[in-house]
Amino acid sequence: MQIYLPIAEVSVNAFLLLGLGGLVGLLSGLFGVGGGFLITPLLFFIGIPPTVAVATGANQVVASSVSGVLAQFKRKAVDVPMGLVLLVGGLIGSGLGIYVFNLLSRLGQIDLVVQLSYVVFLGSIGLLMFQESLRAMRRAKSGAKRGKRHQHTWVHNLPLKFKFRASGLYISVIPPMLVGVVVGILAAIMGVGGGFIMVPAMIYLLGMPTKVVIGTSLFQILFVSAFTTLMHAMTNQSVDVMLALLLILGGVVGAQFGSRLGGRLKAEQLRILLALLVIAVAVKLGLDLLIRPADLFTLSMGGKA
Amino acid sequence: MIRWLLLFLAICALPARAEEVVAGLSQDSISITTSFDGSEILIYGAVKRAEPEPEGAQLGVIVTLEGPVGPVTVRRKSREMGIWVNTESVGIGAAPSYYAIATSDRLVWILDPIADVTHRITIPLAVRAFSGPIEVSDARPFTEALLRIREREGLYRLDEGAVKVVENTLFRADFKLPANLIEGDYKTRIFLTRGGQIVDSHRAAIYVRRVGLERWLYVLSQEHAALYGLLSLSLAVLAGWAASEIFRMIRN
Repeated sequence: MQIYLPIAEVSVNAFLLLGLGGLVGLLSGLFGVGGGFLITPLLFFIGIPPTVAVATGANQVVASSVSGVLAQFKRKAVDVPMGLVLLVGGLIGSGLGIYVFNLLSRLGQIDLVVQLSYVVFLGSIGLLMFQESLRAMRRAKSGAKRGKRHQHTWVHNLPLKFKFRASGLYISVIPPMLVGVVVGILAAIMGVGGGFIMVPAMIYLLGMPTKVVIGTSLFQILFVSAFTTLMHAMTNQSVDVMLALLLILGGVVGAQFGSRLGGRLKAEQLRILLALLVIAVAVKLGLDLLIRPADLFTLSMGGKA
Repeated sequence: MIRWLLLFLAICALPARAEEVVAGLSQDSISITTSFDGSEILIYGAVKRAEPEPEGAQLGVIVTLEGPVGPVTVRRKSREMGIWVNTESVGIGAAPSYYAIATSDRLVWILDPIADVTHRITIPLAVRAFSGPIEVSDARPFTEALLRIREREGLYRLDEGAVKVVENTLFRADFKLPANLIEGDYKTRIFLTRGGQIVDSHRAAIYVRRVGLERWLYVLSQEHAALYGLLSLSLAVLAGWAASEIFRMIRN
């Protein structure tokens, strides 16, 4: 069944989109990630214009984080003050990111920047995760104890200190704010939630306890991606609601199955799988940049800036 | 009324042509609905003659269908620090978003190159003018790339022999419009040639429009962007919330 997307101006098979959403939802439920980092490149592959793919990806992230946040709130796993600090940073970053995005689209370099950011961020996060989970598996086998994570670093010497009760932290608001800004920029440029970069930053940089990390990051992602969607819709009219709806429908169903399937697998195995998946996406996009393209020329509608 | 009278006088003032083309379209508007998956258009007609058919020179029928014209930027990638990056670009001032030609025979036999230039019939001639200063030494590869890419995507096409002519009088041409059609006014032109020279031509327009939900969403996104953004958001929030509620009910 073909469906004509009003903003992307292409006709795509509706079941393909539902399936794509379902697949990404399954993975996101399985691994507890937003899935934005998978959906945007997949949309490129099926011929959706990059600007529409990024903006619509942000809209899809809103849907997948809503249900996540609700579940985390019930478990009281959201550090709201910390979330708000991250959010303020995120909104600033998103605004900056949208500005950069529109500037780069005019210069014809947006595809390159999007691809490069995917390669760099996914590649490095994937490798780190892979290394970390290998180490964890070896530790589990040898039965050795984990070292002390909470260390006193430069992060704890900054001014504007604030007490985050749920996280049990007394730190400056500057580091979480900066983390928020970086994630906001990435959200706008890459069409992702940014959980894959925020979660490690919260654990390793801010020293937050693991139990509130997921909920708090989802809280921030929900609002930042909502803001990003709105900004894309208002500045470059590239949110395709029809495309988003199909992806979301597939995605929410897939996510439910994914989270149930995830309960049956071991956490360490899951992490290795996710790491491999992330690395695979990064390698694929990286090769596209390195291998000589079949056609050196590309077209874009509209005049030159 | 006066306009019609003037037109009538103008026609009378012209020397009566030996051959004229009368034509019709199977439809003069195409609606892009949610389930739009390309469309077919039939252009048909006849050659009207006031006197017996001239002998010797070959009769040709050329039908063109042209989509809305707009600027296009063509970019070329080159290798910079090991990766392929867009480096040079050329702005094409006006290129049709869609352009198809159907002919009754090989173009070289039925169309004189000079007539082609004056009426801009073949694909390379239908793409016009550069926009802005040209920063590259040779712009030809860029225009060639535009034609090549659009031909590959099925947006530009030349079908020699696709116009069926019966008894040198009746003709028909079928056009298959692709699914990635853009909205706007499409122009059809029918040229009647004798020995390569154009003896008569006919023009008609086809209106391609989004309708229903497609139109509503598009207009909303362009004219009330904030409202459209909020609509997309609320749909996303609603879908996310509803899904988690439904699955919780199923589980219990």
